[in-house]
Amino acid sequence: MTTKALITTDEVSHVAKLANLQLAPSKISKLQTELESILEYVQAVQKAPTDKVPETSQVTGLTNVWREDVVDDSRTFTQEQALSNAKSTHNGYFMVKAILA
Amino acid sequence: MNKQALIEQCYDRIAKYERDLNAFITLRDKKTVLAELTQAQQSSSPLSGLPYLLKDAYVTSGIQTTAGSNILKGFIPTYDATVYSKLKKAGAILLGKMNMDAWGHGSSTENTDFGATHNPWDLTRVAGGSGGGPGAAISAGFASFAIGEDTGGSIRNPAAWTNTTALKVTYGRVSRYGAIPYVSSFDTVGPVTKTVEECAVILREIAGVDPYDGTSSPEPVPDYVKGLEQSLRGLTLGIPTEMYGPGLDPETKISIMTASKEFEKLGVKIIEVSLPIAEIGLAAYYLMAPSETSSNLGRYDGIRYGQGRDNFTDETIRRILIGTYALSAGYYDAYYRQAQKVRTLLIQAYAKVLQQCDAIIMPVNPTLPPKIGELMSDPLTLYLADIYTTSINPVGVPSLALPAGFSKSGLPIGMQLVGDKFSEPLLLSLGHQYQQVTDWHTRSPEL
Repeated sequence: MTTKALITTDEVSHVAKLANLQLAPSKISKLQTELESILEYVQAVQKAPTDKVPETSQVTGLTNVWREDVVDDSRTFTQEQALSNAKSTHNGYFMVKAILA
Repeated sequence: MNKQALIEQCYDRIAKYERDLNAFITLRDKKTVLAELTQAQQSSSPLSGLPYLLKDAYVTSGIQTTAGSNILKGFIPTYDATVYSKLKKAGAILLGKMNMDAWGHGSSTENTDFGATHNPWDLTRVAGGSGGGPGAAISAGFASFAIGEDTGGSIRNPAAWTNTTALKVTYGRVSRYGAIPYVSSFDTVGPVTKTVEECAVILREIAGVDPYDGTSSPEPVPDYVKGLEQSLRGLTLGIPTEMYGPGLDPETKISIMTASKEFEKLGVKIIEVSLPIAEIGLAAYYLMAPSETSSNLGRYDGIRYGQGRDNFTDETIRRILIGTYALSAGYYDAYYRQAQKVRTLLIQAYAKVLQQCDAIIMPVNPTLPPKIGELMSDPLTLYLADIYTTSINPVGVPSLALPAGFSKSGLPIGMQLVGDKFSEPLLLSLGHQYQQVTDWHTRSPEL
């Protein structure tokens, strides 16, 4: 292909970092080819006549769905329930890796 | 048949055929299930004591829930999805959690970490996706009904490829609380069955507003079963000619044209309409869906529950990356915002056609069920399988998928009836009366 790539391997690496995905360099290069073909297809949206067309982000037909600002005990987890699927806990807390070195 | 015998018959069939199909991710222990039947609340619901299946996209307290991904392998939820609570209350008996493309990402139930589901009509072929498990299982008689989830065709695509009947409801008609989200603004919860009448019975039980889902609709729930026999005379069914172009399998086209003749005999007027949106709809879908899913999957950090992010499959990685890219600074306007504008155009296009006719009749899948592996050759091939189903979810309208015939080679062919928002009573009555004069839906695979 002679036209400019829609997405470069550097951009794939950058986006992977934003999405918190750790990918091997060989994988990045394969993904670049695959994403290029997907973007080539989906960029068709740019040719659609959308002058003065507003965006739609949801189709519920509802606005401002409120509820009372009170705690619903029937769906509150106990500490034990909240921790029941965690791989690593300590004294009733989730354990995470150190964020600051 | 008494309910215990019915459940035992289901387990017998599962014991015989599940090895070939791989429709389950989690099969519940028969003894536990039978004990549950004896303890189940006496209920006047027609679903009382009936064995059913859930796509593994719904959280069920105490029962493993995976969404088809190793990320959630071993995850035991601590609360129930609303659809599960409602069915429990009706006395229906859950037999298991069904295979699916991980997170709903696929059209063939091959992008699952639990092995591909095979099509009961031809074991060398896919059962469709993302809800291939529910489709294959109902086709094979593993339970009375299943609950699927449709974001871009995940209920309808497997229905068409397994000779089952299934309903993608109006967005918000059924609560999504406890449904593991793929695309929150497209996701819908609906029944997978053998007949339209069964879809009506189940929808009546599961529809309605839910305080736990702010996007569920307060629109009153009609008696879908009562409405099935309403007269079809004077109704108009539109055939969107663009949906029957060269990309469509010729046998599928013939089957749906024959079906439209049956509707004519039922007093329905058939007209041609124009809905040239399949390609642009697919393009917009594959920007909006990855965008929302990249955000929804951001929560999986392996800290509070589940395994780490290195467990995503290649297809899910592609969707996360496309979505993150479309939402990122510099590309947001050209991709995500533009796709959301196209979403408005799709809504306008359907509204225009539905002013000319009461419902639209169109194909579900462009081809007959492909061989295992065929759709996985490259990502775009997989996406093109969704060409006729994806434009409906961004619009939010309902669609009923039902059997329309078989190919010469004996493979099922489906069609979909699409109507305006909350037109489920109309779609169900059309489908039900079609099934009174045809017998496609009564055919079962030889396993």
